[in-house]
Amino acid sequence: MRAPVANPGRGRPLAVLAALAALPLIALVPGVNANYWMHNFILVVMWSIIGMSWNLLSGYCGQVSFGHAAFFGIGAYTAGLLYAKLGLSAWWGMLASVPVVGAAALLVGFICLRLRGPFFALSTIAIGVILRIVAENLVGFTGGDQGIMIRERTWVEKTWYFYIILAVAAATFWFVDRLVASRLGYYFVAIREDQDAAESLGIDTTRYKTIALVLSAVICGLAGAFYTSYMGYIDPKVVFALHDVSVMAIMVVMVGGVATRWGPAIGAVIMILLAEIIRTIPKVGTAHHTLFGVLLIVVIIFLPNGVVGDAGALRRLLRIRRPS
Amino acid sequence: MSALLEVKGVSRFFGGLAALTDVDFHVDKGEVLGLIGPNGAGKTTMFNVVNGFYAPSRGEIRFKGERISGLKPHQVCGRGLARTFQVVKPLQRMTTLDNVVCSAFLRHPGRAEAVAHAEEILRFTNLWDVRDTVSKRLPLGLRKRLEIARALATNPDLLLLDEACAGLNPSELEESIGIIRRIKERGTTIMIIEHHMKVIMSISDRIVVLTYGQKLAEGSPAQISANPEVIKAYLGEGDD
Repeated sequence: MRAPVANPGRGRPLAVLAALAALPLIALVPGVNANYWMHNFILVVMWSIIGMSWNLLSGYCGQVSFGHAAFFGIGAYTAGLLYAKLGLSAWWGMLASVPVVGAAALLVGFICLRLRGPFFALSTIAIGVILRIVAENLVGFTGGDQGIMIRERTWVEKTWYFYIILAVAAATFWFVDRLVASRLGYYFVAIREDQDAAESLGIDTTRYKTIALVLSAVICGLAGAFYTSYMGYIDPKVVFALHDVSVMAIMVVMVGGVATRWGPAIGAVIMILLAEIIRTIPKVGTAHHTLFGVLLIVVIIFLPNGVVGDAGALRRLLRIRRPS
Repeated sequence: MSALLEVKGVSRFFGGLAALTDVDFHVDKGEVLGLIGPNGAGKTTMFNVVNGFYAPSRGEIRFKGERISGLKPHQVCGRGLARTFQVVKPLQRMTTLDNVVCSAFLRHPGRAEAVAHAEEILRFTNLWDVRDTVSKRLPLGLRKRLEIARALATNPDLLLLDEACAGLNPSELEESIGIIRRIKERGTTIMIIEHHMKVIMSISDRIVVLTYGQKLAEGSPAQISANPEVIKAYLGEGDD
């Protein structure tokens, strides 16, 4: 009851983590393409991190971002450039992306957080697009349209990639959980609910919005840096993509449940599986963006709080009606 | 003795419109100052200028001897000047308690202390019974009181109440007047905007009257209700 969240959700994170850690056992199941499933598991976990990142800034703090690809891409390029320019392992990108993405987010915040509501959202679209164009055109530095290829793969098998991203996801989950219950979490939600009221209650809204943006960006950048090591290839059109990254981040959280604890994870499961299913349908598969658009409209109309958010409302309703 | 709040020659223009023109007044420590005037007289604009939402176009505002005009609202609040809003601004999807906890954090950075302080404020303002209600579901009377509770949780030395009693039914009104009196007894200075003459006359120590953005009169409730200019500008329309 004390959490400032509309629905803090239930579930035991450690039990969930243990169950997820057992997923690589799928290799023991005969007749299953374990590699294919592990790839999807990795994507689900990676997207749940991006979702948690977006949820922090846009779900809790109410600053809707349409530009999370900017931070994903900067993280990915930090890892890629460490490899391409300095000859280091792209894995160092996960460390290096923290200060790089953090600094980039400060700059973005300085420009965009002066704007409120839809104007902030529009400005974040611009940031994502600008970075894609920059990465495409700074050919000498980023390799332009060619992207960056990591020639040596760390592992052929996917198990370790899975455990690494799972560790990042677990750390992020724990971090966001603690944050939301703290003074900062209350301030983020206060800013979301009414910025003028928050300001007059002594909350330095500019400062706390900037903190939310930087934390959110750094988390998203980690996912981007991992992506480089895992996929072994990055391309400006992919890592700075408006629809495949920025909008997908929004979809994951909207479907799962905005400002909920488990929303990003549930949303990532649904969206990644759905994307896979749609892709396998002949002919229709190429129109998956259209289908996602339709899905988003359906979710907004029927499940405005997402799968997790509205499940909670339903449960609460039942509890009130039960005589005590 | 220097005043707690000094408003010196404050003007505020919106384009060509003068919402406030050269207004001077002060609030002494421990008193309740009523700010009255017909609709559009500039009362809420005055609050917005004092609280830092607008910078004064001319003049200055001093609080505890320190210039506060030009500071942001959160900085003004941090110096001990809190306000409520005429159009209530609850943090809608948060519970009553969480609303107050948000502002209690200003003086109590730890969560346990902030919650304890907020609970004390909720008891003080008789909102304890609705502490777990999501604030958008509260009736208007309680939302008005939540505004007071939230402002109070920042431990202000000066509390600005913007029509905190408007739209209340008679029993809610009695309760709110009682709460405002108890806030005064705790040693908090109050500046209040109110249309309810019964409320303003009974709780104010002094009254400042604004019309068309200018100060028309200043004095005790008795002086104000006897002032022919005030009666003409304001009370003359009929005293219910």
